[in-house]
Amino acid sequence: MEVIRSQKRTPSNDTVSNPKIPLYLTAPQMEVRLEEFELFAVDRLRVLKGVSDGLARGRNPKEMDDLVDTLWKEHMRDPDASVMFNKDIISHFVLRLVYCRSDELKKWFLSMETALFRHRFRLQNFEAQRAIVGEFGLPYKAVTGAELEGLKERLGQVVRSLGQISPTVEAVYYKVPFEEVPDLVASRRVLIQKGYAFVAGSQLVSLVVTQFRSHISKALILTNRKWTTTIQEREKDRLTPIVEALSTSYLGPDYSQSTEYAEISLKDIDQVAKSSFPLCMRHLFEKVREDHHLKHGGRMQLGLFLKGVGLKLDDALAFWRAEFTKKVGSERFDKEYAYSIRHNYGKEGKRTDYTPYACQKIILSAPGAGDHHGCPYRHFSEDNLRAALGRMGLSSRGMEGVMDQVRNKHYQLACTMTFEAVYGTSCDAGINHPNQYFEESQKILKSKTPPAPV
Amino acid sequence: MTREEIESREDESMMDAPQMNNPKPEEFFNVNYLRIYYGKSNLFPYSDIHKWLSYGHDGKHPGCDEYYFGRREFSFTLENDVYLRYKSFKNASSMEDAIKSHFPYKIDIGAVYSVDPDKRHAYSQTGTNVFTPVERELVFDIDITDYDDVRYCCSGADVCSKCWPLMTVAIKVIHTSLTEDFGFKHILWVFSGRRGVHCWVCDPKARRMTNEQRSAVAEYFRVYKGNENNARKVALMGYSLHPFLARSYVDYLKGFFEGELQATQSIFSTKDKYEKILAMISDEDIQSELRGKWENSARSSLSEEAISLVRWEQLKNTLQSKKHKAPTLRMCVEEIVFTFTYPRIDLEVSKQMNHLLKAPFCVHPKTGRVCVPIDPNNCDDFDPLAVPTLSQLIEEINSGGSRMDVDDDDDSDTSLLGKSIKFFRSSFLEPLLKSCKEEIESSYKTKIGKSKDSLSW
Repeated sequence: MEVIRSQKRTPSNDTVSNPKIPLYLTAPQMEVRLEEFELFAVDRLRVLKGVSDGLARGRNPKEMDDLVDTLWKEHMRDPDASVMFNKDIISHFVLRLVYCRSDELKKWFLSMETALFRHRFRLQNFEAQRAIVGEFGLPYKAVTGAELEGLKERLGQVVRSLGQISPTVEAVYYKVPFEEVPDLVASRRVLIQKGYAFVAGSQLVSLVVTQFRSHISKALILTNRKWTTTIQEREKDRLTPIVEALSTSYLGPDYSQSTEYAEISLKDIDQVAKSSFPLCMRHLFEKVREDHHLKHGGRMQLGLFLKGVGLKLDDALAFWRAEFTKKVGSERFDKEYAYSIRHNYGKEGKRTDYTPYACQKIILSAPGAGDHHGCPYRHFSEDNLRAALGRMGLSSRGMEGVMDQVRNKHYQLACTMTFEAVYGTSCDAGINHPNQYFEESQKILKSKTPPAPV
Repeated sequence: MTREEIESREDESMMDAPQMNNPKPEEFFNVNYLRIYYGKSNLFPYSDIHKWLSYGHDGKHPGCDEYYFGRREFSFTLENDVYLRYKSFKNASSMEDAIKSHFPYKIDIGAVYSVDPDKRHAYSQTGTNVFTPVERELVFDIDITDYDDVRYCCSGADVCSKCWPLMTVAIKVIHTSLTEDFGFKHILWVFSGRRGVHCWVCDPKARRMTNEQRSAVAEYFRVYKGNENNARKVALMGYSLHPFLARSYVDYLKGFFEGELQATQSIFSTKDKYEKILAMISDEDIQSELRGKWENSARSSLSEEAISLVRWEQLKNTLQSKKHKAPTLRMCVEEIVFTFTYPRIDLEVSKQMNHLLKAPFCVHPKTGRVCVPIDPNNCDDFDPLAVPTLSQLIEEINSGGSRMDVDDDDDSDTSLLGKSIKFFRSSFLEPLLKSCKEEIESSYKTKIGKSKDSLSW
């Protein structure tokens, strides 16, 4: 794959007679524009993260099929089928570079790509599936005629043992060495005879997924070698920074411009903090009110969040001033703190309008002594977290689900579950930004209260 | 003292040489005997073990890998539980020398690694030159203590003629599956020396299986999912048994349960015993119905065995008529049979290539018995309490009936260990080596053929 600066792309030679799901067996021979390098990868990453989320929530296979279908259509679709196909391939190979670089990254990528492949495969019709099996070069013969007749009774027993009351045997079975389908063997879902498993057409998924996984696993090792020996250095001014950023990127809206729901005024702020702030911001807000002070990390995290929910600069200055002057006095406030608040709003210095922190960034922060920022689900002790959740109104039953997620280090899922418990509704998208929590919360609360009489 | 009492004494005191001519009956294992066993007596079959684990790579054919044996891991457990891992040997004589200098209480066989285990530190853990297992037999370990909840004659380390048949049935079920379902041909079953059996599947295909594939086979064999939290430890779902389970049930388990097991364990004869079985029936009404029948017949004059059989029939009839009440009752009868009779393998032993397993022909330190092979086609005849002990072997040597070298053509050899060695060679080693040599030859020919083609012009 050759990455080039913006130029008209030379049309690829891949025809659409290829099976719908590429197998990523070899790196494609095509030129890729630099912008596409990153954009395609980001779109695919959205799909993979959606898959990851679905699996963490314990979605059953059928739900995952639907989820993958939705995610793919949303992020990877293109009216031109060959463009769509190329995007699929390019994005996969770019992400290989990103995710080959450590064991943890490799493991995640392998799991998600395998799951993605499995569900995309399940969504194909039988003919397309057979074509893909053929693509893998798997020499599995279909069992027919007399051999199939001889096995029919026992194949029927297998079918019945799996919960189907009538022993209807499928029309096509494949004879496959048992080593190729370990999960079907382990769960006794196939008849095995003299070292061969008899796999039904509908069980084909298992066959190919094992092959796919094994291939990608080996490929990642080779990619890593190439990366560390040549590519990383050679591309240090061009592709390497992109690759390194991709594995930690947050992919949602940045909430730098607040939306119609979000304008809040100073007089509402206490009430709104109690009703719509996520736990991290509630905690910081309470601490400001309590201590009349916050250290730098907390000022940044809360300050930018407030900007995102629509607190205007003047109101922000008033808020911080009201609290801080109780401790440090008016003169010190103007000298030491007002400037940086204005700075956050882009009114000073290089005038960058800073964006509120996403969960990913907050979770990775490291609050020290006297700090109150960070993610409570990660940084609080179990007792403190339970107390805080109790104050938010969670029942002890609701808390167990949240604590379970915390133990498994799924902090964002814990926050999502809190959201769902507080508002009595499900949040399928999952929380990954405090401002998203705020907006969703406001949406729900506003839809419940009738509009004020004019 | 009965035999059982002798064998349960854990006496491992040292013996002085002069007393060897007249060993006390309770001392069937001690270090001096062990030295003789591994030492000058030629009892331990060094060259057979070496031939086996070389799998035909004896250097006589150009296609042989002369370093193959040297990459196999062995481990020694010495007196005082000192444990030496990653031992490897260039050839048979260095293996023999090592054993003769350490006299290990236990010898374990591990995997064949990518490089000499002895030299593993010279290789990195990542990158291309990694120290990692490349071949290992598919192994199974069945231990009778895993059946303690269904045997009433013994518990823990003890084993007797009443419960050993559980091992016999386990061998039959697993062996049939390994040959019929998986198509394996070179299988060695070995007595573990006290209370279980080990199985070594040595086909090339088996040796090259990945951990995932081994795990799959182990799970295929797994039926019993018991712990102290559930009463129904075997749950057979669906409308029929998988053909493997059906065959095992029809050919081995049903007959064993209704015959020998009732005679030896009388699993229905007392309230404690039958309550355990009633707990496996997931319907309170049926439980009460049967309980009512059995409580009333408690004072019958029939033998324990007869009582058990009658109650089993009653249970079967009741369940037969009521099984449509719930899906969990559909195969309740079979579940009970499986709970009491189906093999319980130690999954962890089979799943990983680097798991070590005791070598055949070792001597068990607690019983003094030699870990001899078991013939799967005649396993009904195997009696763990008749296996030669170390002291018996030493006595045999002292009385002049020693086995210096088993002559394969000499059918008159009746030495204690001779039969086992002979069986090992004729039923296992010879067919295995023949097949290995064929494979080495054919893959060599293929390699040569390929390079010849590339030279053609």
